Amino acid sequence: MLPTVIIIIIVVAILILIIAAYNSLIRLRNQVDNAWSQIDVQLKRRHDLIPNLVETAKGFMKHERGTFEAITEARSKAMGARSVSEHSQAEGQLSEALSKFMLVVENYPDLKANQNFLAVQEELTSTENKIAFSRQNYNDQVLLFNNKIQMFPSNLIANMFNFSKRDFFEIETPAERQAPKVSFDS
Amino acid sequence: MWELIRTNKRNSILLMTIMASVLLALGGIIGLYVVGPEGVPFGLAIALAIWLILTLVSFSAGDQILLSASRAKLITHDIHPQLFNVVEEMKIAAGLPMPKIYLIDDPAPNAFATGRKPENASIAVTAGLLEKLNRDELQGVIAHEMSHILHRDILFVTLAGIMLGSIVILSQVFLRGMFYSSMGGRRRRVSSSGRGSGQAQLVIALIAILAAILAPIMAHILYFAISRKREYLADAAAARLTRYPEGLASALEKISGSAEKMDSPDKVTAPMYIVNPLQSTKRKLSGLGSTHPPTSQRIKVLRNMAGGSYNDYAQSYSRVTGSRERVLPAAALHDKQPVPKRQGQAEPAPAKSQKDQIHRISDLVRMANGFAFLACVCGLKMKIPPNYRKESLTCPRCKRPHNIAKEAQKNTAK
Repeated sequence: MLPTVIIIIIVVAILILIIAAYNSLIRLRNQVDNAWSQIDVQLKRRHDLIPNLVETAKGFMKHERGTFEAITEARSKAMGARSVSEHSQAEGQLSEALSKFMLVVENYPDLKANQNFLAVQEELTSTENKIAFSRQNYNDQVLLFNNKIQMFPSNLIANMFNFSKRDFFEIETPAERQAPKVSFDS
Repeated sequence: MWELIRTNKRNSILLMTIMASVLLALGGIIGLYVVGPEGVPFGLAIALAIWLILTLVSFSAGDQILLSASRAKLITHDIHPQLFNVVEEMKIAAGLPMPKIYLIDDPAPNAFATGRKPENASIAVTAGLLEKLNRDELQGVIAHEMSHILHRDILFVTLAGIMLGSIVILSQVFLRGMFYSSMGGRRRRVSSSGRGSGQAQLVIALIAILAAILAPIMAHILYFAISRKREYLADAAAARLTRYPEGLASALEKISGSAEKMDSPDKVTAPMYIVNPLQSTKRKLSGLGSTHPPTSQRIKVLRNMAGGSYNDYAQSYSRVTGSRERVLPAAALHDKQPVPKRQGQAEPAPAKSQKDQIHRISDLVRMANGFAFLACVCGLKMKIPPNYRKESLTCPRCKRPHNIAKEAQKNTAK
């Protein structure tokens, strides 16, 4: 009688431990996925903002055709990119074009004082930050998840249910699904 | 990060247990003194009842009470886009749900976070903070508040505050009761026994008075000790979230150096602010009775950081203070790779005149209160209070008619 009770208790305890470990793995994996989708959201937001930026600045910077073209070109490239390497390259180019644009803006005091432009600039700065911070958060979450998968005893459960390690997000930005068409009249 | 939160929770529970035993012991001793040995359970019951009532009230509406006590107004994206964006950035960096944002009508710069859990947390900032800080500094402050939410400090402050409140109430009621009853002649129980019992009575009275005086002081010291540790941890976490310790450092400098003092600081909300509004900035050392470490020291530690990780913060702390004391919990020091700092990005804000600043602060507060802003062609800017019921008005200077609803909408769309 007593041995059976003890065995039952042990089995139940192990089951509870397995369930708890499994649940925490799931929670961590969901956090990783969520962090990943955040990056996508922010990249898309950047694409949406660019027409606004160009529209606002155009009137003030008539002689900077080249700069605008570089931005619009990088944007459409980033939106149309198919493979991961294309994506990362295009997003990198877009970042570069934007920072060049911000340097040029320094020469136009009228533009820098324009309320509309300041608003767009704030949104753009914030989006760039959000991209950086969502990457940072993604890497933090991946670190937690990978640690959990590799450490005993949760690694046993991870192997049982096929949890696999995630990769860190390196400087280049690979994936970006599809950005919607944006109307230019805002 | 989860280990860190767990350690924090464990510390909270430990502190709460100690405080609860202090509270119960106080209740017991008072019961023993007032009624006698049979009064101990009675005293315990009263202590518990006070605690329970305060807990219920603060759990159902604690954050709302605090926010309305500091005259905070819930605001939306349109009223201050930059604040909203910065909060969103930090929420992404910390992986938390979006907190509610409140604006406090006060020209002195300060901020606090409250709530019970991240899902219903709120961050409140003063209008003066928004006016005085640049983007990077604001980011540092918001990151500090976000860390309080992330580490569940907001729950701890609420719970510990309740405990502290109960102890203070109990001891105050007892001491005042003693005072008045001794003034109005001794209302002594008739003791049938001899001198021995009278002496015991005296000893109990002495112990009770001592306990009533010492318990609140002890509870305060305990609470403040942990509160200071949490300020350091939140500073370290803010540096790690933003990767830019200088932002928070220079924000702290501006906040503690500002000439304005907060209008309505009180002892209850003071420990929650990023810089304690009740403490004078001149003080060099933080004594046992301060909720925050000295701001000058917090700034120095932040500025001495070699990188952005918790390890960098702990190292900088021991360099600056020269003490071996562990400032951060061991669970925080898990970064293996170095965390690089980044460059600041905010441009130096153009110098604004005092008058201009005051103008903009009051405009901000008006906007938060639902005022409509209309600009007339003649250059006059009209601020229409939300309780103005008519649909249109004429410009008081040039007598042009304006349609409020239509023009106000155009303003917000911009």
